[in-house]
Amino acid sequence: MQVYRWTLTMALSIVHRATGIALYVGTLLLVWWLVAAASGPAAYAYVQAFTGSIIGRLIVFGYTWALMHHMLSGIRHFVWDLGYGFKANEREALTWGALIGGIVLTVLIWIIAYAIGGGR
Amino acid sequence: MSTADTPKRSMRTPLGRVRNLGAAHSGTSDFWRQRITAVAMTLLMLPVIVVVMMLLGSNQAGAKVILGSLPIAVIMLLFIVASAWHMKIGMQVVIEDYVHNEKLKLISIMLNNFFSVAVALASTYAILKISSGV
Repeated sequence: MQVYRWTLTMALSIVHRATGIALYVGTLLLVWWLVAAASGPAAYAYVQAFTGSIIGRLIVFGYTWALMHHMLSGIRHFVWDLGYGFKANEREALTWGALIGGIVLTVLIWIIAYAIGGGR
Repeated sequence: MSTADTPKRSMRTPLGRVRNLGAAHSGTSDFWRQRITAVAMTLLMLPVIVVVMMLLGSNQAGAKVILGSLPIAVIMLLFIVASAWHMKIGMQVVIEDYVHNEKLKLISIMLNNFFSVAVALASTYAILKISSGV
């Protein structure tokens, strides 16, 4: 597909889908974690060993960002659904807000998690 | 006034004409449910993050106590149902946009339904098992 010029809103539209798909696949981790909690200490320790590893932490960090970004980007779509924010400066502001907000919330959540001792 | 002057009029109302139509034969119900579940998850996001924070660093025995408490179990169940429903609709939209082979599309949509229901039921079962202490 040829487009005249890539805009931020176009790129972020794809990112909204991509994060949605990532969250979809990532629910497997959520299921694994909950089923392990219901199964017993050994199964739960196994999940914790994975999420505590470097790879595990990267995945959960990525998942946190995908979730925060998808949520803020989704709120942006909701504003549009309600009929607001279609002016050029407004849609740019909403899109930048979702992009920056997603990163800020992700970092904030991880700072809090480490501060309360989740990083051990 | 002769009948030839008046255009042919259907007796069906505009609502009756569009009902049960569209590619999905379900009109805009998926669109609406996608929004309901999105708003639900946005409202539940802060409580869910708090629950996950509470679980950090606790072992399985501690996790069972936390997840087994009534308000937390209900928060998790609501979030699980909203997530599974939302992701099922979202993935179906993606499939319908990109998979143009009719058979492959139907198979993909079917697998999407299986996956989403499996995620919802496995998670729900886990929460209920923890809550009932079996």
